[in-house]
Amino acid sequence: MRKKILATALSLTMAATLLVGCGGGGQDASSDTASDKGGGDKKEIVVGFSQVGAESDWRTANSESMKSTFSEENGYKLIFDDAQQKQENQITAIRNFIQQEVNYIILAPVTETGWDTVLKEAKDAEIPVIIVDRMVEVSDDSLYTAWVGSNFKLEGQKACEWLKAYAEAKGMKEINIVDIQGTIGASAQIGRTEALNEAVKANGWNLVAQQTGEFTQAKGQEVMESILKKGDDINVVYCENDNEAFGAIDAIKAAGKTVGPDGDILVMSFDTVKDGITKTMEGEIICNTECNPLHGPRVEEIIKKLEDGATPDKQAYVKEGIYAHSDDVTKVTIDGTDYEVTKVTQEVIDKRAY
Amino acid sequence: MSNRKKAYTTTKSGHGIRQITSMRLFLPIVCLLAVLLVNVITTPNFFVISMSGNGVLSGYIVDVVNRASELVILAVGMTLVTAASGGQDISVGAVMAVAAAVCCQILSGGEVSVNSLANPIILGIVAAILASALCGAFNGFLVAKLNIQPMVATLILFTAGRGIAQLVTNGQITYIRVGSYQVMGGYIGKCPIPTPIFIAIAVVIIVSLILKKTALGLYIESVGINGTASRLVGLNSTMIKFLTYVICGVMAGIAGVVASSRIYSADANNIGLNLEMDAILAVALGGNVLGGGKFSLMGSVIGAYTIQALTTTLYAMSVKGDQLPVYKAIVVIIIVIIQSPVFKQFLANRKAKQASVVKGGN
Repeated sequence: MRKKILATALSLTMAATLLVGCGGGGQDASSDTASDKGGGDKKEIVVGFSQVGAESDWRTANSESMKSTFSEENGYKLIFDDAQQKQENQITAIRNFIQQEVNYIILAPVTETGWDTVLKEAKDAEIPVIIVDRMVEVSDDSLYTAWVGSNFKLEGQKACEWLKAYAEAKGMKEINIVDIQGTIGASAQIGRTEALNEAVKANGWNLVAQQTGEFTQAKGQEVMESILKKGDDINVVYCENDNEAFGAIDAIKAAGKTVGPDGDILVMSFDTVKDGITKTMEGEIICNTECNPLHGPRVEEIIKKLEDGATPDKQAYVKEGIYAHSDDVTKVTIDGTDYEVTKVTQEVIDKRAY
Repeated sequence: MSNRKKAYTTTKSGHGIRQITSMRLFLPIVCLLAVLLVNVITTPNFFVISMSGNGVLSGYIVDVVNRASELVILAVGMTLVTAASGGQDISVGAVMAVAAAVCCQILSGGEVSVNSLANPIILGIVAAILASALCGAFNGFLVAKLNIQPMVATLILFTAGRGIAQLVTNGQITYIRVGSYQVMGGYIGKCPIPTPIFIAIAVVIIVSLILKKTALGLYIESVGINGTASRLVGLNSTMIKFLTYVICGVMAGIAGVVASSRIYSADANNIGLNLEMDAILAVALGGNVLGGGKFSLMGSVIGAYTIQALTTTLYAMSVKGDQLPVYKAIVVIIIVIIQSPVFKQFLANRKAKQASVVKGGN
């Protein structure tokens, strides 16, 4: 009896999953045929975009950028798929795109590995795949056409150069810096940590502690709370994303210390999400190096090149700014290129797309 | 002559020592102390507790006790589940996220970030705990009523829980930037001791009182040792198993609210991430048999503090982030081996052998 109930329940669940699966597919197909009818006279470029999810403001801005770039007015038909943080959903989405014979596939991968098979299927179907944001690790580079994303090492270098210039401008005698790293192994962590380690060596800074905050506010708080007990001379915290910076600021305040230009500790951060840039204006974060989510225009450039029959660069970086609380440093120079530093005002925040 | 004297004294005092060493909690306490004592050498200021600038207690030890709170609460629930059903609830981390999401969503009234409360805090907390109790009841139904393996049954919410939490928060991190919501993860007024410590202690005291004053503790043990026999003597073993899962869910809910209050937000992707494994480990480190039966609540609590002591110790020693898991694993392996029955037997045999050698020598 018990087994029977269980079996019924199981089969019901399976049927439900099937139905949901079919429903999703059906919808995609219908929207696709509609677009075929609509764009009868002019050739429409159909783009399939598999997005990780909507876990942060950054991600939402990233999706928005794609949606506004590949709009119907611009002559595109975008099929958007939200994978809800699951690789298997992304693989299914790509297979759907291949079946629907889209012209281009854009993939924002949730993980770096495990893409070989499905990318091979896309290649066999002769659909160019453009990777955005995170990189994929594949055995054969030709499995994707191009990658668009951030240069994390450069972001780190910009931040370190800014700190060097700021310390000179303010006459800070010594820099005792704490590095709250991202999730170990993430490309953002690797690039940003590497840049800091090099700067520490080159400038003779004192790296008090280096510990992972796993890109979360909770861990950033816990780790900073512990590191603060190592001594009173810590004057800079280098957080590898905004969430960690929020946690670090919480911990510093809880310990009775102050953050900001006139406070005990300067907090530096990356990503510049909305809350991050607001805190930069307030001075709690002294310098915030952007990780630009607006990938749409760069991806469109690549697609235009491909349409013209040209070969695009394998790697394309998006333009990224540096946002600071003050205008003590107006620009930083890395390898001969100047990068402007923006002082954050309400106007700057209002003008940003996210 | 001197040999005989030594042997005599050891056997005499050995009686007292054996009494201590054979206590249930002896090894868990020794392990906790061992982890803490490493710091005497590596971090001399580990045990220093001072008043920080804004009048709260500050020190590594305070961190250990404070940060372990969620784990302690989870370990209490996990101990009961383990004892009654001989299996573990691996969904507690995800249930924490569900509770946090429900609580923050009710308090924010659907907004992503708010500076004032849309509903009273107590409503949010009660709803969060009800939601997590429901999750626990679902697990309990699958395990107790349908007799599904605990790990398989709770795997459902382990996978789906964070999805549910995301659904509740619309995939965003919901922020409640209100001072009163931060009390549970921060400080009550001018009290220098972090609130999570009080919550953890209160949970442990209440649960142990319930177990001691009612026969529930005894029932749970007997169901865990032999469910059929318990049923034959008139215990409703299904009900008791079900009840432990509900309690475990409620504990996860409380832990979720505390974790959410610390960061005044509901981070569905990260709240309680991997904490279910730490909770199971706490139960094991506490000297409890993961196969069910007799249990020691205090053992699990000590186990939970040991895990956090280890983490904080490694932070204090500035172990690099990428090597952290390795050191943690090594220490855990050592602790588990020391407490394993086979190792204890081996030690006992050696002692016996030595004793016989000494006797033979005279």
